[in-house]
Amino acid sequence: MFNLSATPLEAIDLKSRFADVRAGGYVTFEGWVRNHNDGREVLRLEYEAYEQLCLAEASQIINEAKEHFDIIQAACVHRTGMLEISDMAVWVGISAEHRGPAFDACRYVIDNVKVRLPIWKKEYYTDGDSDWVNCEQCAAHGHAHGA
Amino acid sequence: MQKKSFNIQYFAILREQRGCSVEMLESTAVTAADLYAELQAEHGFELDTESLKVAINDAFCDWSTPLQTGDAIVFIPPVAGG
Repeated sequence: MFNLSATPLEAIDLKSRFADVRAGGYVTFEGWVRNHNDGREVLRLEYEAYEQLCLAEASQIINEAKEHFDIIQAACVHRTGMLEISDMAVWVGISAEHRGPAFDACRYVIDNVKVRLPIWKKEYYTDGDSDWVNCEQCAAHGHAHGA
Repeated sequence: MQKKSFNIQYFAILREQRGCSVEMLESTAVTAADLYAELQAEHGFELDTESLKVAINDAFCDWSTPLQTGDAIVFIPPVAGG
């Protein structure tokens, strides 16, 4: 399952969804807002998402993870709105009978979420400037720029 | 050529450059690429189609997809989730 959240992920009980007597392990990844990117000091971030397509694409990513790896459950939540430094921006959770597939599936989900979901990030810098990450360079150079 | 009506939704850098989130418009554009070219010429969008993806009715589509009247179209700038 996947959902977007306009409220802090820290306040959501994400783990309880994974209670399962078959599970022998549970791997999570938390993406946090860091105070710098590409040599610039970041003050805060803003995430914007195209919800309908996010839900469809994320559901596909989670189904792929379940097909490729021997796991029990997979879930992901992504923040929208304004975030401060150290806030949790994205959360991925995987339960499995054994740790190997849980780690592998967690990596698969977060790697694909970052490049496939229609979510955009605007960085606000300490110098007062702000940029849409991965967009401004494309616009400036007139070619595709990898995420 | 007969005009078709489209519902366009903008996000992120395109929303800022267009100055709005949604618009209804009529156009003779045959494909999504034609429609973007029309809008880019009108509003000066800096991103070219090679940096963008397009979704029609909430599904990723090819730029060459023929548009139908009533289609909901979203041009998708380079993403940056996580």
